[in-house]
Amino acid sequence: MGGLGHFLESENIATTQISLIREHTEIIKPPRALWVSFPLGRPFGNPNDADFQRDVLKQALGLLKYQTGPVLEDYPEDAGEIEGPQAQIACPVNFSPPPPEKGSIDELCLNFRKEFSQMQSWHRLALEKNDRSTSGISDMSADAIGEMFCSFIAGKTAEAESDGKSLSDRLRLGAEDLKAIYLEALAAQPGQTTDGLALTDWFWGQTYAALVLNEVRRRCLSFGDKDMQLAGKLLLIPRNQMSRFGG
Amino acid sequence: MVRLAEFEKTEREHLLNLPCPTYESTPFVAGITLSKARVALLSTAGLHRRSDKPFGVGESGYRLIPSDIAANDLVMSHISTNYDRSGFQQDLNMVLPIDRLKELADEGFIGGVARYHYSFMGATAPEHMEEEAKQLAAILKQEGVEVVLLIPV
Repeated sequence: MGGLGHFLESENIATTQISLIREHTEIIKPPRALWVSFPLGRPFGNPNDADFQRDVLKQALGLLKYQTGPVLEDYPEDAGEIEGPQAQIACPVNFSPPPPEKGSIDELCLNFRKEFSQMQSWHRLALEKNDRSTSGISDMSADAIGEMFCSFIAGKTAEAESDGKSLSDRLRLGAEDLKAIYLEALAAQPGQTTDGLALTDWFWGQTYAALVLNEVRRRCLSFGDKDMQLAGKLLLIPRNQMSRFGG
Repeated sequence: MVRLAEFEKTEREHLLNLPCPTYESTPFVAGITLSKARVALLSTAGLHRRSDKPFGVGESGYRLIPSDIAANDLVMSHISTNYDRSGFQQDLNMVLPIDRLKELADEGFIGGVARYHYSFMGATAPEHMEEEAKQLAAILKQEGVEVVLLIPV
């Protein structure tokens, strides 16, 4: 991010930026940066908190007052911390805890299809409520995504290229859509948390979808193709969740 | 509270070992009057319109985002799975504060909002974005944009 500050500023465009990793910004030394102590993925702190977001924005833009630099300041507040029961996921859709990874692929897909079907029902509600979804980057329907994953982990031959997208791209984009559908669906349920950590733990620790994505990851690694290897190693499961899957 | 020392161990080690570019000096444009300046947002979250091509591995180009984009038209295809997307799912202003920026223009804190905002995909090394960033600077000047807020994810 800081590199872009150097490039634009050298072309006479003034820049200021949010910094999420202070240690990186100290090395890169962009012209102006406001370090915030918020989680990666949340540079403006709290969703649906306009006052907080506006204040962060004002502080970042306010660095333009300095006539010399580089400038690195700290935003004085942390994002609101969710504590206690609010941070617990209490999903009204009553799934049994996913089994250990011993079950057959067929059994896993059966459970996943049931779970995904229920989550899609909540997701339709989310769409009606918010008039917005971040899913859809794979350009596949939810059902097509589910079937792609189940076919893939069952070892059926997958088309190497379709719709101008490689298999690794379709798997990666499909995985992002799948996660978006689950998390948006959950958020549509009454009284749910907005806490990113709790949502992440729920998805990776309590859903069949996560087990399916782990099987997808494992099969990707059986391909010799470098893009499939990259997808399997890095692009499907977050580094900080790999310990759940023996990684 | 999230500081690097508090990250999960594998993530912390990865971030600490990530190569960062260094520069001999820092260019610096002084004399900006914010209340008169037109401001654009530039994200590295891999954001784009739904009809645009998703970002791919190693991609160095950018996508443009009209300032009046409908909320349901903005999607994210960053290749990294190692950051939280749930904030963006709940509120697009978490990663691209278009509504907040318009509010600051309305109250006179900034001079105006650019017609277009932009997104790169931050997993690509910054040196590969230099050419596109310099081309973008020319476009920004044409539109009279004086200030760009850079937003990582």
